[in-house]
Amino acid sequence: MYVAVKGGEKAIRNAHRLLADRRRGDRSVPALTLTQITCQLALAIDRVMSEGALYDRDLAALAVKQARGDMIEAIFLVRAYRTTLPRFGYSEPVDTGAMHIERRISATYKDLPGGQMLGPTFDYTHRLLDPELAGDAAVPDAERRDGEPARAMRVSDILAQDGLIEGDCDAQTEMPGDITREPMEFPMERDTRLQSLSRGDEGFLLALAYSTQRGYARSHPFAGEIRIGEVEVAVDMPELGFAVTIGRVQLTECQMINQFKGSSKAPPQFTRGYGLVFGQSERKAMAMALCDRAMRARELGEDIVAPAQDEEFVISHCDNVQASGFVEHLKLPHYVDFQAELELVRTMRAEHESRRDAGEPMPEAAE
Amino acid sequence: MMTQGDSVSPHPEPIEGRGETANPPLRQAQGDGLPALAEEKPLLSASGVSKFYGSRIGCEDVSIDIWPGEVVAVVGESGSGKTTLLNCISTRLMPTTGTVAYRMRDGQIRDLYRMGEAERRFLMRTDWGFVHQNPADGLRMTVSAGANVGERLMATGARHYGNIRATAGDWLGRVEIAEDRIDDQPRAFSGGMRQRLQIARNLVTGPRLVFMDEPTGGLDVSVQARLLDLLRGLVTDLGLAVVVVTHDLAVARLLSHRMVVMKDGRVIETGLTDRVLDDPRAPYTQLLVSSILQA
Amino acid sequence: MTVQPTGLADYNFAYLDEPTKRMIRRAILKAIAIPGYQVPFASREMPMPYGWGTGGVQVTASIIGPDDTLKVIDQGADDTTNAVSIRAFFAKVAEVSTTTSTAEATIIQTRHRIPEETLGEGQVLVYQVPIPEPLRFLEPRETETRKMHALEDYGLMHVKLYEDIARNGHIATTYAYPVKVEGRYVMDPSPTPKFDNPKMDQSEALQLFGAGREKRIYAVPPYTSVVSLDFEDYPFEVNRFDEPCALCGAEGVYLDEVVLDDRGGRMFVCSDTDHCEKRRAAGHRGAMASEGTLA
Ligand SMILES: Nc1ncnc2c1ncn2[C@@H]1O[C@H](COP(=O)(O)OP(=O)(O)OP(=O)(O)O)[C@@H](O)[C@H]1O
Ligand SMILES: [Mg+2]
Repeated sequence: MYVAVKGGEKAIRNAHRLLADRRRGDRSVPALTLTQITCQLALAIDRVMSEGALYDRDLAALAVKQARGDMIEAIFLVRAYRTTLPRFGYSEPVDTGAMHIERRISATYKDLPGGQMLGPTFDYTHRLLDPELAGDAAVPDAERRDGEPARAMRVSDILAQDGLIEGDCDAQTEMPGDITREPMEFPMERDTRLQSLSRGDEGFLLALAYSTQRGYARSHPFAGEIRIGEVEVAVDMPELGFAVTIGRVQLTECQMINQFKGSSKAPPQFTRGYGLVFGQSERKAMAMALCDRAMRARELGEDIVAPAQDEEFVISHCDNVQASGFVEHLKLPHYVDFQAELELVRTMRAEHESRRDAGEPMPEAAE
Repeated sequence: MMTQGDSVSPHPEPIEGRGETANPPLRQAQGDGLPALAEEKPLLSASGVSKFYGSRIGCEDVSIDIWPGEVVAVVGESGSGKTTLLNCISTRLMPTTGTVAYRMRDGQIRDLYRMGEAERRFLMRTDWGFVHQNPADGLRMTVSAGANVGERLMATGARHYGNIRATAGDWLGRVEIAEDRIDDQPRAFSGGMRQRLQIARNLVTGPRLVFMDEPTGGLDVSVQARLLDLLRGLVTDLGLAVVVVTHDLAVARLLSHRMVVMKDGRVIETGLTDRVLDDPRAPYTQLLVSSILQA
Repeated sequence: MTVQPTGLADYNFAYLDEPTKRMIRRAILKAIAIPGYQVPFASREMPMPYGWGTGGVQVTASIIGPDDTLKVIDQGADDTTNAVSIRAFFAKVAEVSTTTSTAEATIIQTRHRIPEETLGEGQVLVYQVPIPEPLRFLEPRETETRKMHALEDYGLMHVKLYEDIARNGHIATTYAYPVKVEGRYVMDPSPTPKFDNPKMDQSEALQLFGAGREKRIYAVPPYTSVVSLDFEDYPFEVNRFDEPCALCGAEGVYLDEVVLDDRGGRMFVCSDTDHCEKRRAAGHRGAMASEGTLA
């Protein structure tokens, strides 16, 4: 006797209850607080903010907790929340030249105005597991510099003074596009492409960037500058007639400088790849800059020969919320399509067998 | 992209020997092409065509007429602008300046670069053919030979599988590919077979004009000879007009009625093939002919 | 599930904010005006994953009003987990009444099936679409496929069907079987079995298709011709089942195969659960139905 499976609703309810139980785990262990997550897993928060495309540490912490530490799930939670937020307007372009710098390095100049600043980096740490961290050993306060630092000009501006590097792309007279409000269309402009990259999956962009270094569209890059720090966000107030600072965000900016021999479209000069992400995420910003430069092939008259240069390929596949949704949708029922394919395979096997029995030639040529 | 390493390769002996194969008399295949002849109008007429790649010259100020049923060979050393010119007159590459006019089947003369893309694509898959040096550029490598030949028919509305297949089979026969290979993919074909398949795919709609860029380029000498023979037969039977780019003067002699000699992007000599090869006028052509044919 | 508790965030009726709904409605109107044409729209992130019906959910959210009655099916069934989840979502964010009855619904959101019961005027069928581009697996590039649609350059589609016949003796596409809408655009009917294709033709209901991840909306307005692609000598055919539904005895409906044991025991039952239940309520009995069993 067959009774169609019912009770999907109950199954879902129970599954979610179990999920909540597993998320909490052993009740005798204190629950994580959001503050603990924001303070002690700060780089996880930064990744969720940058790929979730929403600058809010508390919501990111909530998402990380709710997602049980699954970063892509946390990013998804933040994105789904972000879409529902009303749009008040667009900020003025942030001035990264006026950044309150915490870290700033250049691989192209030994010394430069504003200096090199290592900041809170994993670089040069020896990757030895530190048993002290298993406990709660006291951590000494950080050294602080005295007074306000000098304004550190961007390395790209130094090169621009000599005309050796292409300018910042022509100051756009129109508003930049907005990939969250307008449908994406290929070929893309650089503004919307950068937006997509900025929220793109770190792992995917990292792998593509790496491929350019290994010869799949080699771009001769130098890390012109990487800077991390806070910038002011200003919004133009039509009522007041000027822009008002509404807060600060932490950003990581990377300017890659690429040697370029010139083409029919552009003279020999240094060209640039640009990376900008929320929070502290140097790896992502650098990967983004390499990918940006690779995808400028069309604009610069280079041959498109490698995956990283293929804008439609990269942009269509860099969003981890889209990618994980579609990959994981395969676990949804596909009975109906499968049934159709099952019937087809049965028919074809029957035909195959009758041909064989009839002694007809086996390579299934059509009649 | 344009440098396929197809430098001028002096064949010790021009294919099939010089004396044996006389050129077909000009427009011999125009038994049914007489009306076109009577109209005395070229099929395609390019004038003042130039293409610059940045400051580099691809081709400059080229004017050329292609008449119905005639085979025109464009020759010249590597980098002289042959491919550029071919692409410019076949709408594959937008010229920097100049116009290209084409006489449509209804007799109307149209400026190719003023046509809409839909009309241009339609023209390209009905009245024209384009044979690439590398067959992979002109074939769908992952669909069967039959579908490769049938595609143009289907694109222009053929909806009877049996008829499409029969026509494809017939064309495979005409290019000397055994019928039982009809369901094989070009991947399973030799270089010469691929090239013949590409030709069949182009000719199936009965085009009036076919462009070819080094159609025998990647093939070895004996395979080349067979392909050229086949091409010559088809061109004659069908009364095709052909523009064939080649750096090989033997190919030009065997196939073409008329020759266009290019150097540094410019046309430096044109004339009947026999005349140009036997009595070259421009010093460069003299050099070209002597260095290759007497080598 | 992911809706934040009140206080942290509030949600609009049917989740989406009104400007977003307006934007989507504009896309829907355009889609209705150009049947079968894929209209790009600025798809939003939804609180369910991409690939799980976000396109359909956005379309439904944009057209649903408090007076609507919503039915959600997945694989033809109202009780599959994803259908349950989407129905619960709308019950929560739009407080609309929901139903499993095809006849009572004003909006039916579906994945992979068209209900067996003929839809009528005033009903809207919203399809969840994973890959809206029927040419995608022939040509991966969006820039190229859009051009092919614009120029009605569909030869490639028939190349694929040709290959099917050449290889299998018949067209081996069983679901997502391409159709031509109103004689113009080739359209992917979403991964419904081809069994359902005839129901799309001249349907009295409005059919809307939403692809969230791929950011496309398309439509078939009521009384529009929808023709499955085929060849004259290999006409489109739907799959037939050898036996009737084991529960309700229905014939000429789409059946799910149910594995009963590990010894090869099988039964076939209606994939459309509402249809099956209605028939059983009306006293129809199949071979495996016991008296009075009504799940
Ligand atoms: N895409 C391009 N960008 C820049 N220059 C080009 C390009 N294509 C061709 N050229 C240049 O234009 C000139 C003519 O090239 P073209 O390919 O037409 O020569 P060709 O006569 O066909 O040579 P070959 O016999 O080697 O095929 C050459 O100087 C070449 O370097
Ligand atoms: Mg060439």
